Amino acid sequence: MLTVKNLRAKIGEKQILNGIDLQVNAGEVHAIMGPNGSGKSTLASVLAGREDYEVTEGNVQFLGKDLLELEPDKRACEGIFLAFQYPVEIPGVSTVNFMKTALNKIREYRGMSPLDAVAFLQLMKEKMKLVEIDQSLLSRSLNEGFSGGEKKRNEIFQMAMLEPKLAILDETDSGLDIDALRIVANGVNKLRSKNNATILVTHYQRLLEYIVPDFVHVLYKGRIVKSGGKELALELEAKGYDWIKNELAIA
Amino acid sequence: MTKDNQVLEDITSKEYEHGWATDLEADESPKGLSEDTVRFISSRKQEPEWLLEWRLKAYRNWLKMTEPKWPNVKYPKINYQDIIYYSAPKKKTGPSSLDEVDPELIKTFEKLGISLTEQKRLSGIAVDAVIDSVSVATTFKEKLGELGIIFCSFSEAVREHPELIKKYLGSVVPMNDNYFAALNSAVFSDGSFCYIPKGVRCPMELSTYFRINAANTGQFERTLIVAEEGSYVSYLEGCTAPMRDENQLHAAVVELYAMKDAEIKYSTVQNWYPGDKNGKGGIYNFVTKRGLCAGDHSKISWTQVETGSAITWKYPSCVLKGDYSMGEFYSVAVTNNYQQADTGTKMTHIGKNTRSRIVSKGISAGKSQNSYRGQVHIMKRATNSRNFSQCDSLLMGDQCGAHTFPYIDVENNTAKVEHEATTSKIGEDQIFYCLQRGIDEEAAVALIVNGYAKEVLNQLPMEFAVEAQKLLALTLEGSVG
Amino acid sequence: MTATTSDIDLIEKISGAFKKTADAKDNHRREALATFQKIGLPNSKTEEYRFAPITRALEKNFDFDKTGSSSDINSIEKFLIPNLDASVIVFLNGIYSKTLSKIVSPESELRISNLKLSIENGESTPYFQKYLANSADVFSALNSAFWQDGIFIQVPANTKVEKPLMILHINDAENSQSIGHTRLLVVLQEGSELTLIERSASVGANAIFHSFAEEIIVKEKATLDYIKIQNDEGKLHQVANSIIHQSNESKLSTFTLTMNGSLIRNNFNIAIDGEKCESHFYGLYLLNGNTIADNHTVVDHIKPNSHSNELYKGVMDGNSKGVFNGKIFVRPHAQKTNAFQSNRNILLTDTSTINTKPQLEIWADDVKCSHGCTTGQLDEEALFYLRSRGISHEEAKAMLLYAFAAETLEPIKNHELKSYLDDLISGRLNKF
Repeated sequence: MLTVKNLRAKIGEKQILNGIDLQVNAGEVHAIMGPNGSGKSTLASVLAGREDYEVTEGNVQFLGKDLLELEPDKRACEGIFLAFQYPVEIPGVSTVNFMKTALNKIREYRGMSPLDAVAFLQLMKEKMKLVEIDQSLLSRSLNEGFSGGEKKRNEIFQMAMLEPKLAILDETDSGLDIDALRIVANGVNKLRSKNNATILVTHYQRLLEYIVPDFVHVLYKGRIVKSGGKELALELEAKGYDWIKNELAIA
Repeated sequence: MTKDNQVLEDITSKEYEHGWATDLEADESPKGLSEDTVRFISSRKQEPEWLLEWRLKAYRNWLKMTEPKWPNVKYPKINYQDIIYYSAPKKKTGPSSLDEVDPELIKTFEKLGISLTEQKRLSGIAVDAVIDSVSVATTFKEKLGELGIIFCSFSEAVREHPELIKKYLGSVVPMNDNYFAALNSAVFSDGSFCYIPKGVRCPMELSTYFRINAANTGQFERTLIVAEEGSYVSYLEGCTAPMRDENQLHAAVVELYAMKDAEIKYSTVQNWYPGDKNGKGGIYNFVTKRGLCAGDHSKISWTQVETGSAITWKYPSCVLKGDYSMGEFYSVAVTNNYQQADTGTKMTHIGKNTRSRIVSKGISAGKSQNSYRGQVHIMKRATNSRNFSQCDSLLMGDQCGAHTFPYIDVENNTAKVEHEATTSKIGEDQIFYCLQRGIDEEAAVALIVNGYAKEVLNQLPMEFAVEAQKLLALTLEGSVG
Repeated sequence: MTATTSDIDLIEKISGAFKKTADAKDNHRREALATFQKIGLPNSKTEEYRFAPITRALEKNFDFDKTGSSSDINSIEKFLIPNLDASVIVFLNGIYSKTLSKIVSPESELRISNLKLSIENGESTPYFQKYLANSADVFSALNSAFWQDGIFIQVPANTKVEKPLMILHINDAENSQSIGHTRLLVVLQEGSELTLIERSASVGANAIFHSFAEEIIVKEKATLDYIKIQNDEGKLHQVANSIIHQSNESKLSTFTLTMNGSLIRNNFNIAIDGEKCESHFYGLYLLNGNTIADNHTVVDHIKPNSHSNELYKGVMDGNSKGVFNGKIFVRPHAQKTNAFQSNRNILLTDTSTINTKPQLEIWADDVKCSHGCTTGQLDEEALFYLRSRGISHEEAKAMLLYAFAAETLEPIKNHELKSYLDDLISGRLNKF
């Protein structure tokens, strides 16, 4: 589904990604871990097309298309979804209205007719249950005055609505208490299928207790320095990131 | 049903089903302005002697006045002798079918969801569509008549209800109030009159749809609304004009008169032709709107969405004379390309315990200049009065300007006045968030701008709000990226 | 603009007086007079002077044919700030007094010269009238035509003036009316530092008119603390045109206290003509009697990446009238500007008024600008709270008013100065 080859990117003069190689297939869940500043969030942003970053080398194929050639909104229409680490507030725009606009834009791109009000409401009700989110929250201005947990739940709700092929969750676990974490993880697990894939970007192993990954990659100084199964995350948790750093220093 | 669910309803912009269109006369006066022009207009309208005298007095006042220079707008000198003051579209001069109309204009209409018939009318094609509107108006007139509500054209009101016109004409906006009001008083062509009797709650939104048709003409309509004790009315005003290369003058006067416990809600969606991308053409919109809260506990609320006109000069105001009376002003003003807007309000607190609220949202794009100008005046006698003003500006691009000129004059020490203003732009992170959800940049801007203006748009009746939202998006099209 | 007949008479009288001045033949001054005549005196329709009836006051109270008022003052002790070790420059009725002035800072820190001489020898030519145009205000033109005396102050590059410099303007109207026109030119060279205090004080019962034209240039990385104390017992009518020009990375902090006088008009402009500048622009007007205090301020962001913060507060008692007009300009290309402005007012009597007009004019999109303005009373809730703790109504009121006012002293760093101002404010507010 997603093939990343030798991806290098910088922000301003600062080189952050130094040659990432990654293969994600349908039905898989990949966790990308690493210490602060290793480039985890940059990778997520580059895949989503944030313009602050400049791709200097490498290529990314997504479902047979050159992802880097696509505008951010077209990437979303192709099926890429980024759950933001810090979702922005948009005053005066309700989540409901926002989702209706987004969903119909994506449907339009895929040659489908827009959902009418009744069908949209029905879909929304169904997805709301999935992330245990309240209608009143969705009627409020997007993320405005939301708690950290509410913002993250809203991200997962949006993911449920848009049914992406590849979801990238950028530090979705940060700032969540244990109940919110469980709800968010449940939502993600229910959305897992053999047709879609998920990339979890996280600093801690904690989230992976709830969402069990098929692969774990360790990112350090802009490169994937170690890959393995879900055990790798446990090992990291036990030994800390210094273990990786030391291992690399020896090598 | 919640507001959001309402938004979900796919409401296409409806025709003004409760509307009634100004009937433009079929002949025209010679170009230029003189006492003869005033007499010509008055005689064509078969007006009584007192009204002619009133017009002439206004004209003589006007001669002594000078055009205001204080607004933050620039335009070439207007030649008042080069305007036709009384006119109608000459038949066969316009395009004969939609095929001849600028496709750009048709596209605009389609986006607005304006019907084909309406499109033809707006394009200046001589079709007999006005009849429809008249008959629509007539249907409702009967129903309104049962309640004692008078809703008719100004000319008709002069003929049918001279005692009311005589009593209230110029009672809120005196004929010599300002340069453009004096001009209007001398040459006003037509307009609407509305009278709500004591204790009656008008069961439907009343609306007028104004348009400027013929070239070289000015439009000078007058609206007068009188709400008797304990009555309520919500009034809508829509404005459109066809695209023309030359500038046209629109100098209207609106007077609202609210008695004890009465409430008048006046909403405007102004979409006069703003000129082209290079600033050529467009309407000069110099309008005087004022409401008088004459009685205790009366309320006047202005809501305006201003997207059109090359130049807007407009300050819908409230004179809060009655104790406990209340004035509101909600405004969204959008300027793009070379548009200039200097708009705001004036809240004059005279009575005790009077309250006013101002919410102004300016949006500037392109090379436009957008100014909020407002005065809150708490007079000596106005004890315990309150005002709150919020004036926000949104800038799109670094070629435009946003200006805020609030005047706050307080002469009573028990008053509380608060004014806040902010200036911001659309955040890049907000745009990216929308893009990431599959919403393209143009739609994202429309979404964010509508969110920014929501507090004002919420004040509009439903179908007007939908049209206003579309208008905002349309006006700002191409202003990013 | 159409001037009324009396305005024209007054302009003629003033022009007549000009012919009698010593420098009447000077071309620059004649040009300035022509500008003064062209602009004309403000009347009630003049937007910028709508609430400051200065022309009427000049007509009523002054005889422009008479000039020069004598003074018997030979000690400045009572005008000084207690415990403040500072250099003092004294102007008596607009004329520099060598005997009363005392400079304690070494010349390596502070260079002070006569402005007229510095113009003649070319020393001040690069700065004089560079930023304050005659056409900026009618009284700026008037001052340029009439100014009697002035000083040129320079702080050399990378020098910190350790002791504050106080300029004392004494208006002595004991014997007759006093009319003064004073000029000030201050240049802080790159990386220098100065605390400048300007105090105006009046004595006597006759009418006083004083115009000021002040140009202050703050160069790269220089720091200026500028405190104006306008506490004039007496019939002072004053128009001060002050402009501060800031270059890259300079820091400015100003505080203007206005308490007495008949009519005080301050036109105070800050031109932020550099990047990464910081400007704190504070003011407090505590008015009573029939005083009219009119503060017109301008913060002009010309270059990007600077930050300005303006706070003006007022308490109006008696029949006093407060006027605040604050403009913020953000010019095209002055991106990433942060500009904040706040004006808060309390009216204590039903015969006092406030006219305020905070303006924003923005031509750049990537900026953060806001202004807020309130007029109201003391918080009843807070008043009640204090009273419930046994504090009398009067005391509670004074405490709250003091708290309201004292916020404006925040940027003042000099301890002696701050405590002096603090006493001045609390003394006044206890009287309210």
